[in-house]
Amino acid sequence: MAQMNMIEAIRSALDVKLSQDPDVLIFGEDVGYFGGVFRCTAGLQEKHGLHRVFDTPIAEGGIVGAAVGMAAFGLRPCIEIQFADYIYPGYDQICSEAARMRYRSAGEFTSPLTIRTPVGGGIHGGQTHSQSPEALFTHIAGIKTIIPSNPYDAKGLLIKAIEDNDPVLFLEPKRLYNGPFEGDPNIPAVSWAGHELGEVPEGHYTIDFEKARLHTQGSALTIICYGTMVWVAEAAAKAAGIEADILDLRSLMPLDLDSIIKSVKKTGRCMVLHEATRTSGFGAELIAEIQEHCFYALEAPIVRVTGWDTPYPHALEWEYFPGKARVTKAITKMMEG
Amino acid sequence: MNSPNDTATPKTGQNRSKLFVPEPPFRPGDTPDFSHIRIPADHSPGRPDPMVDAYDTEPQATGLVRVLRLDGTIAGEWNPKLDADTLREGLRHMMLTRCVDTRMFSMQRQGKMSFYMKSAGEEAVAVASAMAINKTDMVFPTYRQQGILMARGWPLKELMCQCLSNAGDKLEGRSIPVLYSVRDHGFFSISGNLGTQMIQAVGWGMACAYKGEDGIAVAFTGEGATAEGDFHYALNFASTYRAPVILNVVNNQWAISSFQGIAAGQGKSFAFRGLGFGLASIRVDGNDFLAVYAATKWAAERARRGGGTTVIEHFTYRKEGHSTSDDPTKYRPKSEPDAWPFGDPIERLKGHLIVLGEWDETRHEELHKALTIEVRESYKEAEALGTLATPSKINPASMFEEVFEDVPTHLRRQRQEMGV
Repeated sequence: MAQMNMIEAIRSALDVKLSQDPDVLIFGEDVGYFGGVFRCTAGLQEKHGLHRVFDTPIAEGGIVGAAVGMAAFGLRPCIEIQFADYIYPGYDQICSEAARMRYRSAGEFTSPLTIRTPVGGGIHGGQTHSQSPEALFTHIAGIKTIIPSNPYDAKGLLIKAIEDNDPVLFLEPKRLYNGPFEGDPNIPAVSWAGHELGEVPEGHYTIDFEKARLHTQGSALTIICYGTMVWVAEAAAKAAGIEADILDLRSLMPLDLDSIIKSVKKTGRCMVLHEATRTSGFGAELIAEIQEHCFYALEAPIVRVTGWDTPYPHALEWEYFPGKARVTKAITKMMEG
Repeated sequence: MNSPNDTATPKTGQNRSKLFVPEPPFRPGDTPDFSHIRIPADHSPGRPDPMVDAYDTEPQATGLVRVLRLDGTIAGEWNPKLDADTLREGLRHMMLTRCVDTRMFSMQRQGKMSFYMKSAGEEAVAVASAMAINKTDMVFPTYRQQGILMARGWPLKELMCQCLSNAGDKLEGRSIPVLYSVRDHGFFSISGNLGTQMIQAVGWGMACAYKGEDGIAVAFTGEGATAEGDFHYALNFASTYRAPVILNVVNNQWAISSFQGIAAGQGKSFAFRGLGFGLASIRVDGNDFLAVYAATKWAAERARRGGGTTVIEHFTYRKEGHSTSDDPTKYRPKSEPDAWPFGDPIERLKGHLIVLGEWDETRHEELHKALTIEVRESYKEAEALGTLATPSKINPASMFEEVFEDVPTHLRRQRQEMGV
């Protein structure tokens, strides 16, 4: 075991796979010599060589498209899109090509590629460095969407993603890179140092998809969340003085619906959190499934707390972010009802 | 009456720009006259060494590489010196392609399938390209390179079953007709989204180079889809990483109803775009089997020797509609295909063989008859497995397979909901 923040855990996962499998390649903007704008690939080019870890032109459609060709050939490219906000030029290659390759060719060609990209706000990134576009991908048949909330999960899930024979979108909540975040900007930032989930094995391990993690246990309420919102949920439940089942989904597609149903049937109350915009967000999908499977167990309407349906504003970041204060208020209101 | 594109004196201000919208030279009702297109008789430009500096291919990128004269004789430096058997093989593949197209088009008209796309006039591009590369080289085609499948000997019945979406379709009826995928014949899964395969081919080529394998990737796009970002990604990545790839632009003059000038803008040629990226570039007479063969051979040698990617523009003409859903007389003169000055690729190779004394009209007619029978018999076998008009024998449960490697829980639930 070693102490790692999420950047180090991701780097360790990449290092393990580069060492194990000569078919794993890493490329993207600034990931080579420099090691990535968030440092996730720092030192990997020096260790594994220029041919294994290299820089690309600023062309997200080109990065994904080249990876689709390589993956069809039989390699396992793990590419980085510098910010999820910049993934859209690659959207056609992801949705129409990578996600459909196995289906349209009846298995003759596949797309075992991993797309890593930082998501979410809380770092003063404004509308161009803060987006959470997960729902645009969970809506697409043929691609898996993964989002870890801590270093231990990040490494195990990323190794699993690279080894998966289908395309995986691996979303990295950038506000969690250096430490858990309660969603209150007035509290000094904390690091992963000394945190239980910052204890990460140095070697190879995987975490299965379609398996939610029960972050905290409680009988008053089920809070379904992922990424940064896991830590906001924990802080808000504490502030509201209730004990909740906080389910960290980790994998949005495929989804661990059984764990969700089990918890909601137990507590009878459910709140869904995400940082992304509300309308047609992933929360809408969760709520639809929950009402279908748990309707008669529910004691209150399902509540969702999300980002507003606006672009992510720079100066008003904390008014936009569904932080501790807003979630605490929603919990309190729900428990009174 | 002034043309809408005339530059008139502006009423106010200094800006003399005027929105310019290009139009094709001829529209329905016009008499097509292509005398403005120069048909080089001296058959320049020459054939440089395949490892030439990319920028020294400017004469090839802006000129027109040809071997066959219209009278069947040959000239210039690009003659690939193929023996008569190989020439007859090429002729056969092209004739078979046209024969299959004719049959499938009429079967679509009879309601046996939803859709079809012919490649009439462009058979040399696909067939000669395929014959000039190794069978193990992966091609990334569009929907108009079925000639590659003929050249590589994919059984006709399998092709026809895909078009019929029947029980013999190994793609399980998932795609519309002609979007084939034939990995064991080096034929990449065709996407309906245009241009996407160009950068994928570069990725494939990069993978070949990374693994130290001998293979190359050979991609095709129509001239219309060169406007897509994917084309520019492909040229950029191909140049940056010196990928062993051939990027073919099939300039058949028409992208459905849009003439080539809509994508070309003020560009000198489509091949010329390659030079801007530092890629060797050649513009070739796409109706000249020998020229296509020679240019492809040159580019494949360059790729395999580490010289990187070549862009080849095949200057040709789409003789028929874009697809069975298209009526070209709505936007171009009915006589335009016959007025096109570069002739027909099958007739030109046939003429060359006759000039060589290796072919004659009788043998040609006999071959045509034999191919027609072969196509008819294959079609009968394919149709026995069902058509779009007969009840589908494809297992509905297969709809949920191969979305992912394993069927995940939510798809199992949906399959149960559908009741299969």
